[in-house]
Amino acid sequence: MTVLSDAWAYLTTAANWTGEGGMLQLLVEQLLLTFTALGLAMLIGLPIALWLGHLGRGSLLAINVSNVGRAVPTFALLAILVVADWPGTREFGPYGRAGLATIIALTLFALPPIITNANVAVREVSPAARSAADGMGMTGWQKFRRVELPLSASLVLLGVRLALVQVWATATIAALVAGPGLGRVITDGFYRTNYGKGIAGAVVVAAVALVLEAAAALAQRVLDPVPDQGSSRSSKPRRGMSAVAPTVVAETDAVGP
Amino acid sequence: MTLLVAAASAGAAEDPSCYSRLTNEWFCWQYVVDRQDQLEAATVEHLQITVAAVLLGVLIAFPLALVARGVPRLETAILGTSTMLYTIPSLALFPLLVPFTGLSATTVVIGLALYALTILVRSMLEGLRAVPAEVRESASGLGYGPTRRLLRVELPLALPVLMAGLRVATVSTVALTTVGTIVSYGGLGNLISDGVLTNFRAELMTASVLCVVLAVLLDLVIVGTQWLLTPWTRGGVAAR
Repeated sequence: MTVLSDAWAYLTTAANWTGEGGMLQLLVEQLLLTFTALGLAMLIGLPIALWLGHLGRGSLLAINVSNVGRAVPTFALLAILVVADWPGTREFGPYGRAGLATIIALTLFALPPIITNANVAVREVSPAARSAADGMGMTGWQKFRRVELPLSASLVLLGVRLALVQVWATATIAALVAGPGLGRVITDGFYRTNYGKGIAGAVVVAAVALVLEAAAALAQRVLDPVPDQGSSRSSKPRRGMSAVAPTVVAETDAVGP
Repeated sequence: MTLLVAAASAGAAEDPSCYSRLTNEWFCWQYVVDRQDQLEAATVEHLQITVAAVLLGVLIAFPLALVARGVPRLETAILGTSTMLYTIPSLALFPLLVPFTGLSATTVVIGLALYALTILVRSMLEGLRAVPAEVRESASGLGYGPTRRLLRVELPLALPVLMAGLRVATVSTVALTTVGTIVSYGGLGNLISDGVLTNFRAELMTASVLCVVLAVLLDLVIVGTQWLLTPWTRGGVAAR
């Protein structure tokens, strides 16, 4: 149990937080990586998934993307990218060593939850609402923008939230291939049998993960344009409009920590 | 002169090999042949950790799901806690378990079981809920007690959803096992780790491919088991 007091000592020593390679710098680096990759994945994944959903297609894509994302270990992909000639371990702007390889891996692993949830969300908008929109003479774009998007927003946002958790976890694993981020405190600690340090790093990584998840949950509630739907979902999980099925898909599709 | 010849012939002997100081190819059958023992040992360890973790996950998830179903107030707590655990990155969760279980395979198994648990509890709850109320009532009407009704009526009907959850949990556990390398029990992950450290492409690629193959095989085993366990669904399809 001395490792616990070692960990506490590491956490409460100011010098471990500040300066070059300190935990604060690594934390900022990992947050930067996380949000860059999440933004890229949204830019790539959302338009495709939403548009296919609007056309009523994409179920095969959604299933396959999440299956592949689950079966391929994040660690293996990171390792392959780092050992390859390109992108390799080169420094990449503010993202540190192996920054490019890490961003590519993070973006790829953020795609499945985003694509699956967005696609399912739009496809599952009730046919009655669609017919009503058609009956009102809305064009395809209007129907998408004013009916399908608001009705599917809460699930789309849930997908982004799951992707955020996934990306943070993958960014931590980047340290296993000598990549950037806070995971390095963990790997350094374990490789040099300084377990207190390793555990201290794990505590920080876990705490930030929980804070990010809580913030994302809050953001999801604030951003949801149809909040009534959201609250009825949380208080009474089984409800019409097949909200349950996609939620199951969504929750279990988080590709893994 | 003899030295040179010896060196040349040694070089020639190593030539067909696709891994040496000069060549570092991604796919190399010679490597698989030469290191067969090592690969087998890593695959077996990987499989053992994965299966142990999923079984432990099922063992814990099942009573939790029943409690959550019986006591709605506990459902939120159980789902909330397991989802919170799921949020913690694997590379952080394993070290957090080390003070209690040490640098052992147990650490990895427990950590992975906690992740599998989240998926399994959810799918068990969904599966049990999907059983129509009429069916439950008919079973009670036929004199089935709660336990017998659960085992003979509800569980079989919930099986497709349960198995779907089990598949997701198993496949993601196979992938996550690799991270166990942080405590030196990562099965194929140890080879991936070594491949990165020594810049050995064949080792890294072979271990990665084996991981995916293992995931697909285990998935097929579960699908096959489900097929055997639910003969009524096959009859329905054939009749249609």
